Order: sequence, then C-alpha cells, then structure tokens
Amino acid sequence: MSKVTLTVNGRTVSGECDDRMLLVHFIREKLGLTGTHVGCDTTQCGTCVIHMDGRSVKSCSILAVQAAGAEITTIEGIAAQGELHPVQAAFKEHHGLQCGFCTPGMVMTAVDMIGRHSGQLDEATVRHELEGNICRCTGYQNIVAAVLAANQQMHGATRQAAE
Amino acid sequence: MYETSYHRASSVEDAVKLRGEHEEGRYLAGGMTLIATMKQRLAAPTDLIDLRHIPDLAGISIDGRNVRIGAGTPHAEVAKSDELRAVCPALCNLAGMIGDPHVRHMGTIGGSIANNDPAADYPAAMLALGATIITDRRWIAADEFFVGLFETALEEGEMVTAVTFEAPEKAGYAKFANPASRYALTGVFVAKSADGVRVGVTGAGANGVFRHKGMEEALGVNWAPDSVAGADVDPKDMLSDMHASAAYRANLVKVMAKRAVIAAG
Repeated sequence: MSKVTLTVNGRTVSGECDDRMLLVHFIREKLGLTGTHVGCDTTQCGTCVIHMDGRSVKSCSILAVQAAGAEITTIEGIAAQGELHPVQAAFKEHHGLQCGFCTPGMVMTAVDMIGRHSGQLDEATVRHELEGNICRCTGYQNIVAAVLAANQQMHGATRQAAE
Repeated sequence: MYETSYHRASSVEDAVKLRGEHEEGRYLAGGMTLIATMKQRLAAPTDLIDLRHIPDLAGISIDGRNVRIGAGTPHAEVAKSDELRAVCPALCNLAGMIGDPHVRHMGTIGGSIANNDPAADYPAAMLALGATIITDRRWIAADEFFVGLFETALEEGEMVTAVTFEAPEKAGYAKFANPASRYALTGVFVAKSADGVRVGVTGAGANGVFRHKGMEEALGVNWAPDSVAGADVDPKDMLSDMHASAAYRANLVKVMAKRAVIAAG
C-alpha cells in the first residue's frame, strides 16, 4: 500500500491504494470522479484519457503511484464556473456524440490537441490525432467537425483578445 | 494485475541499485508496454523501478551531425524536436507514427528498444542509422544489441540510458501499420551516409528486426525507389499471423522499402 498525493482539477487530494492500482481506478473509486471511463482496458479505446502535467495520457495504462505528485485534469475540471468549455460546447453544437461513452476521452483529447497545435489544425491532422480514441456510434464525422469548430473558436478568441 | 511494489528512482545509480535488490523486478519507463502486459498477467514483476523521474535521462542534444537522445525521451518530444528535424527528419516522422498521441506522451525511446518488440518502430531506425546504445555500464552497437524477439544484448539489471548516432545524408521510414494497434505490420527505415546504405526492417522478420543486405547493396549502387524491386525477400524468414501471411509481409518489405526511399528523397 502507498499513500498517493496528487493535484486533481486544482485540488490537492490523497488516498491509500495498492501499488498495482491503475490511475483510472484511483480517480473513479478513490476520488469519486466517474466522468473518466474504462472502455477496453487494453490501451486502445481512449475513454480514460485525462491530462497529466499538461499532456493527454491514458489513465488505464498508468499506475496511481506513478502519478504521485502530478497535476491531473479530468473531464470534471475543464468547465469554468459552470460554463461549458468551448470543446464541450462544440461537441454539443455539432452533435459530436451519440451514446456519450467515449465523449470524456474525446473531449480531453481534443483540448490537448488544440492546445498543442497553436491553431494550425486541419481535418487530416485531427483524424490522425484521434487514432487513440474509438467511437462506435458517430462515424467520427461530427467529432472532427466539433474539434475543428472548437479550434477555430478558441484560437479566434485568443487572436481577438491579443488585438 | 498481480501484486507489485513500486519504487521511484532518483538517478541512474539509484535505479540500478534498486534493480539489483529485487531479482524479479523490472525497470518501468513510460509503461506503455509493461503496464499493459502486467494487466494481462503476462508479466508479473515483484517490483517496479520507475525511471520517469530521473532528470538526466530525458532530452535530445545535437552537436553538428552527432545526435544523442536520452533513453527517457518520450516519442512526442522526438517527433516535435526542431533541432533533430534539421538533421534527421525521418526519425521525427517515425516517432510521430508510434501508437497515438497519448502513447507518444508516455512511451520512451529507451523503453521501446530495451523491449525490442518485433513490431516496434525504433529498432529498425537504430539498425539503419548504425546507432550506438549507451547503457549504465557500456556502449553497444545496434548490430549487436538486437538479438531476437523481445531479446537484446542487455545483461540482467543493465539499463539503457541513451542512444547516439551520426545523422545520415538521407533517411526515410515507411510503415504499414496494423490499423488496430498501430504497430508495424512491416516498417522499413533506410539511411544513406558516406559509409553506404543501411536498411532496417521491423514487423516482418520471424526473428525480429533485421538488416536487408541485398537492398543495402542495390541502393548503394543506385539510390532510387525501383532499386529494391529485384531484392530477394524470402517468405521463410518472415512472421506469419492472423494479420498478415509470410508471403504478404515479404512483399510489404519491398513496398515499404520503396516508399521509404521516396520519403527520404
């Protein structure tokens, strides 16, 4: 057993767990944040994607003890003051989901992707970067549309603010 | 997953010492293979020695044409390094094709080559670039390092700390990826330097990553995509599984070699 202390969505939290406990189970079971999902359990589906120290990672393939001391952001931590994050709003607007099971991972992936490409995102890049996230409902078309729309909105907004 | 005990190493010396104390322990780099394997109960190390917090282990340094990549450098860092792209863009492109963005944020070059998965991308590049693998105790030429399927020249407890190579004049990588796993069904890395041409093939060989001498000679005479067309790739030396037969892989080796030469320009 180890005591794991990390920062999740801006709050410092601690919990006791077996060294073999996966980060996704720590987040869901110890912290009660069930927005992060477990889909395949074999590192392929991407429903468990969170951000660790500012980078998207699959929390089903990381032990909680490995993440000790890290800054974690989950799907619960991206909406500011009850307002949907622009990526969440774009998924709603463009109907980028049907059953919704993959959506938390898709949204966290999109936030990371948009952040890394400084506005230079095209459809081919979005599709390439969604390789680690599987959706069995939508056929991806509206997910890609949502990511591109959110990218435009977020980087357009940055430009306006800069001006 | 079976029970395991976690240890966080603070330095290379600390890691090697910890590893020495635990006979059935394993080094843990990004964990993108090891954790998945442990989840399937195909690996059950009693102890994990986490290398991710060793400061000296990550980073890329370039001195002229000489490249050194720390073993703990994640694929995403290799993919986006402008300095590396200036001297060896093929390796950046290869790193950007591994797994998916989340895997590339965690998985490391040291972990990939130490594991020597027969379908991993980096081993092909290391062979073709004539790289040297640096460990906590010695330097090993790539030609001697990759021994067989999941087998390397590493001794018990030996740890990869970096890789180094001289950037070639030209290099290219082409991979036919398994659409589910993104591992190479066949991947070919070609490199041309003053010493000649080297061709590394991954994903295809029945005994893991290998160099194809016939293609090296043909490309040495004439550096052109069609030069590989006449090369002899024996299906008997190829892997065969549910994803691709040996004959199909033998053909893919030539097709990927051709595309790699085109990519290299």
